[in-house]
Amino acid sequence: MKRRAWWLTAIGVLVTAVMLFPVYWMVNVSLTQTSNMRKSPPNLIPIDGTLTGYTVVLRQQLPYLGTSLLIGIGTVLLTLLLAAPAGYSLAKLRPRGGGVVNLLLLVAQMIPAIVMAMGFYAIYIKLGLLDSAAGLILADSTIAVPFGVLIFSAFMSRIPDELLQAARIDGAGPLRTFGSIVLPVSRNGIITVSLFAFLWAWSDFLFANTLDNGGSLEPITLGIYAYIGNNNQQWNAIMATAVVASIPAAVLLVMAQRYVAAGVTSGAVKD
Amino acid sequence: MTTEQSRTRSAGRPRGGQSRDGAAEAASSRGPRRPPRARVLRSTQWAAWGFLAPVVVYLGLFYAYPLYRNVDLSIRSYTVTSFVSGNAPFTGFANYRSIFASSTFAPALLNTAIFVFVSIGFQFAIGLALAVFFHRNFRLSGLLRALFLVPWLLPLLVSASTWSWMLNSDSGIVNAFLQALGLSQINWLTSPTWSLTAVLIANIWIGIPFNLVIMYSGLQSIPGDVFEAAAIDGASGWQRFWRITFPLLRPVSAITLLLGFVYTLKVFDIIWIMTKGGPATSSTTLAIWSYQLSFGSLLPDFSSAAAVGNVLIIIAVIFALVYVRARHRLEAT
Repeated sequence: MKRRAWWLTAIGVLVTAVMLFPVYWMVNVSLTQTSNMRKSPPNLIPIDGTLTGYTVVLRQQLPYLGTSLLIGIGTVLLTLLLAAPAGYSLAKLRPRGGGVVNLLLLVAQMIPAIVMAMGFYAIYIKLGLLDSAAGLILADSTIAVPFGVLIFSAFMSRIPDELLQAARIDGAGPLRTFGSIVLPVSRNGIITVSLFAFLWAWSDFLFANTLDNGGSLEPITLGIYAYIGNNNQQWNAIMATAVVASIPAAVLLVMAQRYVAAGVTSGAVKD
Repeated sequence: MTTEQSRTRSAGRPRGGQSRDGAAEAASSRGPRRPPRARVLRSTQWAAWGFLAPVVVYLGLFYAYPLYRNVDLSIRSYTVTSFVSGNAPFTGFANYRSIFASSTFAPALLNTAIFVFVSIGFQFAIGLALAVFFHRNFRLSGLLRALFLVPWLLPLLVSASTWSWMLNSDSGIVNAFLQALGLSQINWLTSPTWSLTAVLIANIWIGIPFNLVIMYSGLQSIPGDVFEAAAIDGASGWQRFWRITFPLLRPVSAITLLLGFVYTLKVFDIIWIMTKGGPATSSTTLAIWSYQLSFGSLLPDFSSAAAVGNVLIIIAVIFALVYVRARHRLEAT
């Protein structure tokens, strides 16, 4: 069986190569000399490559990367703080009206970010929250919180009721049960939600561009956008920034691939 | 799936919850041993809402209020200065009338429809085909499937700028490839005939992994002996797919398509980076139009932009309702 299936592997490798070609191309262009950039046909592999693009990134983009990291971590913390208890409540404590909250969380995910951005803009301009890290973290968290609650309640509904009853019999209150039993056994849920919250905050462009544009605290997506917007023809620097901005995605994939798949599917597939 | 369960539960919830509680209260007045139970019920309700309250407050402050502000924007005449001064005259539905009368409305609506349905169609078909392919579990299939996630995990801005350069008229690899095949180059991003196709290609590429992952796990949840039985009965691979696999995947397909619809309707980054909705209105969708009217303009017209945004929400909600109804009917039969 295994021996006959070599051609399946061959097709699989080919299809994956086609799919990942744009990613390869991004890396290739990031290493291309500026003088070769307009060459026709382009170099398919980075012969006489250069790291100029990357030195430009290191010189100009480090503060942006730092901001993105800060915003990402802030969004993760806020999301976990809000979503984990709510997920527990919806999965195990059966609050009256919980179904309505669930429905609202689904509807919330349908609101286009541009609509949210305008609403936030109208509010932030009054509160002076434009161009602030706190403002951007709050806005970015709206992408992750509804998803986080749904993921947590999916993960936590698998906790056996006996475990929670045993805790109650031992005299643990709801808070204690949550802290010392529910959270530790929901490690996978915490990882999944954190990964996605970080990735979404890191990748966010719309909120950054509308709520945080022009301040000193600009994330990496705005760093790339500024490059493109200036009609900058240094595509090796643009693509080098893009490669660097993709690092969190790569790290996630290597370290936590099964959680990623779990996150995508737990919202859609019956187990 | 929990969200589904709880959603169906939600329909009958309030009444069911009340009657159960009423029964507990009635019981408590009857016998002396009942009160502690009722108190336990009430105290678990307190705990339940204690854990849920932060998110409910959050939904109110950071969803409902911005949404309310957005509706408010759309029925007044706002400029940048009126945000600060607070003076914005009430205009009722005038903003809605003006966007419906705008020459951008028809192309934006059409582009949105094309963008959404073509994207979803290709993403779903390719994702499903790949899921069936990877389901055969050959050597390296796990690794390759993991690599397929990459396009979906990359920041949209990164994917969009990579595609911009790949589709560049004179220096892009795609045109170099076409010319190597003896075809003439295409002005992907700068010609009105091709700009929508260009953003569609990029968006389909980004959406394939999501469809692949969901459909793959849908396939895995089908017990293997179903396929074995069909194979023993002499069904061909093609027949097995259309008669068994596809019908069994229907619930998963439905939710995948709905999620795809909701996500694709909101797509902004890719189009904005690649074409800014242009040339002219050739790749302008409703989301792009809304942005053009507000932040993308030197003289922002927030009120019209908010009206466009609200139209977008209404479309999303209508489709979600159609989906929920269809699902109920399916479950009823």
